[in-house]
Amino acid sequence: MAEPYRTQTVGPQLIGRVAIYTLLILFALYYLMPLFVMVTTSLKTLDDIRAGNLVALPREISFDAWMKAWGGACTGVFCGGLKGNFMNSVNFVVPAVIISTLVGAFNGYVLTMWRFKGSDVLFTLLLIGCFIPFQVVLLPMAQTLGWLGIANSIPGLIFVHVVYGLAFTTLFFRNFYVTVPAELTKAARIDGAGFFTIFWRIILPLSPPIIVVCVIWQFTQIWNDFLFGVVFSSGQRQPITVALNNLVNTSTGVKEYNVDMAAAIIAALPTLFVYVVAGKYFLRGLTAGAVKG
Amino acid sequence: MRPRKGLADYFETALPKIVLGPTLLCALIFVYGFILWTAWLSFTESRLLPRYEFAGLVQYFALFANERWWTALRNLGIFGSLFIALCLVTGLLLAILLDQRIRAEGFLRAIYLYPMALSFIVTGTAWRWILNPGLGFEHLVRQLGFEHFTFDWIVTPGMSIYAVVIAGAWQSTGFVMALFLAGLRGIDDSIIKAAQVDGAGQVRIYRSIIIPSLRPVFFSALIILGHIAIKSFDLVMALTGGGPGFSSDLPATFMYTFAFNRNQIGLGAASAMMMLVTIVAVIVPMMYSETRRQRHG
Repeated sequence: MAEPYRTQTVGPQLIGRVAIYTLLILFALYYLMPLFVMVTTSLKTLDDIRAGNLVALPREISFDAWMKAWGGACTGVFCGGLKGNFMNSVNFVVPAVIISTLVGAFNGYVLTMWRFKGSDVLFTLLLIGCFIPFQVVLLPMAQTLGWLGIANSIPGLIFVHVVYGLAFTTLFFRNFYVTVPAELTKAARIDGAGFFTIFWRIILPLSPPIIVVCVIWQFTQIWNDFLFGVVFSSGQRQPITVALNNLVNTSTGVKEYNVDMAAAIIAALPTLFVYVVAGKYFLRGLTAGAVKG
Repeated sequence: MRPRKGLADYFETALPKIVLGPTLLCALIFVYGFILWTAWLSFTESRLLPRYEFAGLVQYFALFANERWWTALRNLGIFGSLFIALCLVTGLLLAILLDQRIRAEGFLRAIYLYPMALSFIVTGTAWRWILNPGLGFEHLVRQLGFEHFTFDWIVTPGMSIYAVVIAGAWQSTGFVMALFLAGLRGIDDSIIKAAQVDGAGQVRIYRSIIIPSLRPVFFSALIILGHIAIKSFDLVMALTGGGPGFSSDLPATFMYTFAFNRNQIGLGAASAMMMLVTIVAVIVPMMYSETRRQRHG
């Protein structure tokens, strides 16, 4: 499919090539523009912002907005910046990713290598969890977290993200293990290897690619989540996305766009970093999560 | 194979079920149970605190008598159709362009796709700044000499939902592009070569062979985008906060506002149930028709 069709003469073909590259570059500039604007705005002073325009470079580079976004910006009466919220996010994202990936791996293993009567039906039932709009579970979950004594806490957010992430992680591992030849485990089973032995000795060594895909997917999803964060936490316990939204929507005082942009970049950095380092796996997760079985 | 069944053997056979058990229990309680729970709440007069006396359809009547809910539905229609159309058209265009043996294809692809790694809150914050009339894009164009240029959708009731479309499409197009590109790479070369031999031009080849064979990709993209549109919440919260007034509300922001800010639990539950019904009504028939089509070739 990637072959050019050489049916035209050189002249029109050259024009065609130039047109294609021009379009592609224009689109690339369009997609990069918001990032460029965010970075330059965050490095400007407020005077510079008012004097210049959206795409103007900063007259002098100032990191004040970054300092303020990290450690001094005010939302409501609290003026400690976003660093506490950033750490909150780290504190619940990491355990939630690890737990949901681990459980998903075991589920996928059972659903492919140790099928039992009705396991396919159970998988379908589980899969529907990927499709529901989470609004439909928010009210009962708010009450349940209260009963469990983990409302507005890091463990509460870990719990919610694990529970609603399991459908996806199970799907990832199940679809990956389906491609592993059954003979591999059958032979081991005849040799007397048990459930966990086969998992540790045969399945896990095959799994690094899917583990990376799953971890990246879960990390991006949970870090970027806003809905659970805004409903199930408040004040100092909020994740970074919620704190960012509060900061931007704080209407008291002068609107500090440079601080808003610095805060937005801080909130985006971890997932952007993952994207830059492991873009290939990120894409694989997107399409795997997208096609849904 | 196994002569006697000891306790260990029973354990071994039950082990897969034991491992899967907690997840299934979670799904049963926290997905299915909670849906029923929300459904029940939607049939009560719960306000600040949940109450469980059956009250019939009062909340649904209240919901559909609520002007704000109608605004949210209308906005979902506008946002959903434009967002999906924009993403599909631009995504397909980018995929076709990238499929012309482009130098630095990987690099360009990475640029188109990076917004997918961002939170909708970050996207919303960035676009809120770009689209603000005071110092943003409008100001920029005016500085260039077009002094009467106005671009104030984001603060104009009735137009702010279109601002949400711009930001939403910016974030999700790259993903659709990636889906289409994968689809293009999966097409059998020999059909295209045969068409070329028959003297078909490039445009014709794309229109009659390549694009029709991307039909399954269209379907998955449609399902995913429809799903994103119906669930859209963060983007509106960050970009317009549902405003000005409630002119850019979507069902998800409506649900949040009424259930958690206005202490109207029953009404919030009813709107959440309507969201679920919408997703089921949109996605189930689409998946059904597509799997049926595939089965019959």
